[in-house]
Amino acid sequence: MRKTTLSVAAVATMALLAACSGGTEPEPAASTAAAESSAPAASGSIVVWVDENRQPAVEAAAESFTAETGVEVETVVKNFEDIRADFLAQVPTGEGPDITIGAHDWLGALIVNGVVDTIDLGGRESEFEDVAIEAMTYDGQLYGLPYALESVALVRNTALAPDPVPDTFDEMIAAAKKTDAKLPFVINTAGADGDAYTYYAFQTSFGAPVFVQNEDGSYTTEVGMGGDEGYAYADWLAEHGQGGDGTLSTDWTYDIANQEFADGNSPYTVAGPWAISAFTDAGIDVAVDPVPSAGGETAAPFVGVQGFYLSAQSENKLVATQFLTNYITTDEAMQALYDADPRIPAFSSTAEAVSTDPVVAGFLAAAQQGAPMPSIPEMGDVWEHWNAAEASIISGAAKPKAAWDKMLTDLDATLNG
Amino acid sequence: MSTDTTPPPVRESHARAWEGTGWGFAVKLVLMAVVNALGIYVAWSAWDVEQWGVLVGSLALVVVADVVYFSRRPLAGKYIYPGLVFLLVFQVFTMAYTVYVATTNYGTGHNSTQEQAVDALLIQNERPVEGAPTYPLTIVRSGDEVGFAVVDDAGQALVGTAEEPMAPADGATTEADRVTAVPDHDVVDLATLLADPALQEEVLALRVPVSEDADDGSYRTREGTRATVYASSLEWDESARTMTDTTTGTVYSADDGSGRFVAQDGSALTVGWRVGVGLDNFTKAFTNPNYAGPFWKITAWTFAFAFLTVASSFLLGLAIALLFDDKRLRGRRVMRTLFILPYAFPAFLSALLWRGMLNSNPEYGIVNSLFFLGARIEWLTDPWLAKLAILGVNLWLTFPYFFLVCTGAMQSLPGELEEAARIDGASRWRHFRAIQLPLLLISTTPLLIASFAFNFNNFVIVYMLTGGGPRFTDTSAPLGHTDILITMIYQISGVQGGSADYGLASALSIIVFLVVGAVSAFAFRRTRKLEEVL
Repeated sequence: MRKTTLSVAAVATMALLAACSGGTEPEPAASTAAAESSAPAASGSIVVWVDENRQPAVEAAAESFTAETGVEVETVVKNFEDIRADFLAQVPTGEGPDITIGAHDWLGALIVNGVVDTIDLGGRESEFEDVAIEAMTYDGQLYGLPYALESVALVRNTALAPDPVPDTFDEMIAAAKKTDAKLPFVINTAGADGDAYTYYAFQTSFGAPVFVQNEDGSYTTEVGMGGDEGYAYADWLAEHGQGGDGTLSTDWTYDIANQEFADGNSPYTVAGPWAISAFTDAGIDVAVDPVPSAGGETAAPFVGVQGFYLSAQSENKLVATQFLTNYITTDEAMQALYDADPRIPAFSSTAEAVSTDPVVAGFLAAAQQGAPMPSIPEMGDVWEHWNAAEASIISGAAKPKAAWDKMLTDLDATLNG
Repeated sequence: MSTDTTPPPVRESHARAWEGTGWGFAVKLVLMAVVNALGIYVAWSAWDVEQWGVLVGSLALVVVADVVYFSRRPLAGKYIYPGLVFLLVFQVFTMAYTVYVATTNYGTGHNSTQEQAVDALLIQNERPVEGAPTYPLTIVRSGDEVGFAVVDDAGQALVGTAEEPMAPADGATTEADRVTAVPDHDVVDLATLLADPALQEEVLALRVPVSEDADDGSYRTREGTRATVYASSLEWDESARTMTDTTTGTVYSADDGSGRFVAQDGSALTVGWRVGVGLDNFTKAFTNPNYAGPFWKITAWTFAFAFLTVASSFLLGLAIALLFDDKRLRGRRVMRTLFILPYAFPAFLSALLWRGMLNSNPEYGIVNSLFFLGARIEWLTDPWLAKLAILGVNLWLTFPYFFLVCTGAMQSLPGELEEAARIDGASRWRHFRAIQLPLLLISTTPLLIASFAFNFNNFVIVYMLTGGGPRFTDTSAPLGHTDILITMIYQISGVQGGSADYGLASALSIIVFLVVGAVSAFAFRRTRKLEEVL
């Protein structure tokens, strides 16, 4: 009797086993289907990690790819915030995707962890915005296919300030003071945490980039914020901070700054495209221009670039690269990505096409004079020190030079062990 | 009442009493088939991704399950087996893995195996030769050998393989700038290529030298239709386990102590791999000057925070419970409901709201404008006030819990005790101190201990309210005055961006586990003593 039980179980198991093995090997099924649709027979599929917003666009691009090559593109929807950590953890185990969507400032971490492959656009780099290619380039190699960029710009309430934006920060404040608005200017300071990202354009206008830049605009790992230029910027923060004339304040968080602007309490703010709908929903007519200079040089905001990365452990690299370089880099696919997730396109022809919208054109102009955010792996810690230093200067809690020197020491400890 | 003394029939396991057929057995068979299928599916997937540990583990679990449920003897095993499996999978495995990670250098730059590090380094150091044009590519095959065919700038067709450098091919036909046919070779079209994974790998791995001179670089393709000349600056010698930089001649050899390729002069290549480092992570937490100082301060504050939160919220909850226990109070029900409200909001939302309300500018921060006459009080930026703010908000969040618990416990105390105390002439205070409180403590102490353990790891309130700030000014570590151990671990783990050190974070979390475990064990022993006294 017991023997029968076991053999029944064994038979059942074998049957299930057979069923399972059929499920994990889609080859026969796929080729039959492909043969029927008279598309070229292709095996397997490539897996793309994508967030909810952009999934439809990637699927749309995949459609023609599948029709022409027979290769299925499987999109896996993930939270954008989780992708970086998951990609780092799963690529080495072989469970990662072939392609993932991501931000360019992850690049350093992806590279030193050895999870990302290079991309060869075959000379088509010039079809993209320079800053986008620059951002996806690390140590002379292109690692990602950029498709969108974003940066902050000066947003103006046209009801309060109908005239085009002044060239310098001081002129802007003077113009603002002529209106009867409560505040001349608001900007996100992230409360007491500080927000070096939003403030960066003012800093570069003093000639103090976060890292020393090579001639081609790429960063070295040498801190560029030290020296007289850095101190001049720190002094500027203190002069306009709460201990100074009070133009800048650590009381402002992202929400408060946006609320003040949306309430019509300030004619000018520095904000990103993500905040625009909050303003227009509140009935504010906005115009977007590049950030005015505070220190005399060009104010270059940080540019963040979104793109696609290729896994270093992908088993379908050739197919995946084919998909990226020939099917994503088309006007249709780029336009679909823009429609799904309206950021400034990194593909120049698409950018031009959507620039009929003056707001998009304004952000594009700001981004074109910007510099990519650095993407070294230690950047997370760099932000921490940098934000804290700026916040302590603006709040008046620390002397500008002392806080700046402390930050430089901390950065040195972070970057050089 | 019954005088029937015959013993009740002994119910036997159906495995023992089974007589061949029956619904019970059929159900069991189906369930076991599902369990087996699941186990074998897991084992199969593990085989696919070459995870031998998971493979062996899942097979063992399935075999044991079959033995336990199909054999007649181990009856007890049938009841505890599912629990044991969950314990193994969710607790023991997690703990074992944490211990494993804590003894490695897993983190930024040490993410995978040496093999993958080599792959990545070779990828990163092979780059297109500067100014090299991209040619439309035709993949050709002659017998087993795969080759590339391109049309050069002069309009001449070139063919080459891994062994044979690119050379003019006589008799090749070209169309526009692409080779369409080569004598003695079959042209592989894109559809064939995309349908053949083995061929794809071969094509990706193929490097066709430009000339006999290796320094000229070699053609390679990334997607099958274009070729570019690449040159590699790193060479991997598998037998010697060295990487050689061909441009400078520097030799980097694999160092298994640190998990990187290190040269004579101490410089190292960027990508490393995971190696065991023993107890280094544990000593690092105490000796690294960046972490050691903050570590002790944060440990002290973590204890203070957990203790003060439990003490203050218990006392407040108890006081309010006592107050509302007085039957003379009117509107008790409504008031009780109002007091429980903070407990009903998700803690992280409340913490975020409080962060806004505690804004030091009275124009934005309602706390300063309503309760402090519009004075400017730096709740979140002054080290001591920030600690006070955290304790205050956590008190607001936690006291309703103790209020509920104390109310319940008090209502379960027998009324005769109070009556007896009254008759003996005890004052209200005496009654509370000598009777109510000890009885209450017996039922609430385990909850106090659990609450202590919870607050010891209360990540949400710190992360959402102050983010650990204001920062320490005497260290370079990105840590602050209100960080507790768990938020410190989060900062170090690098999950939020920046460079990660999972090894150190795991080591710290083991230390936290030991501390919480020790405190809880000690406190539970004390509780038992409390019960013995009564």
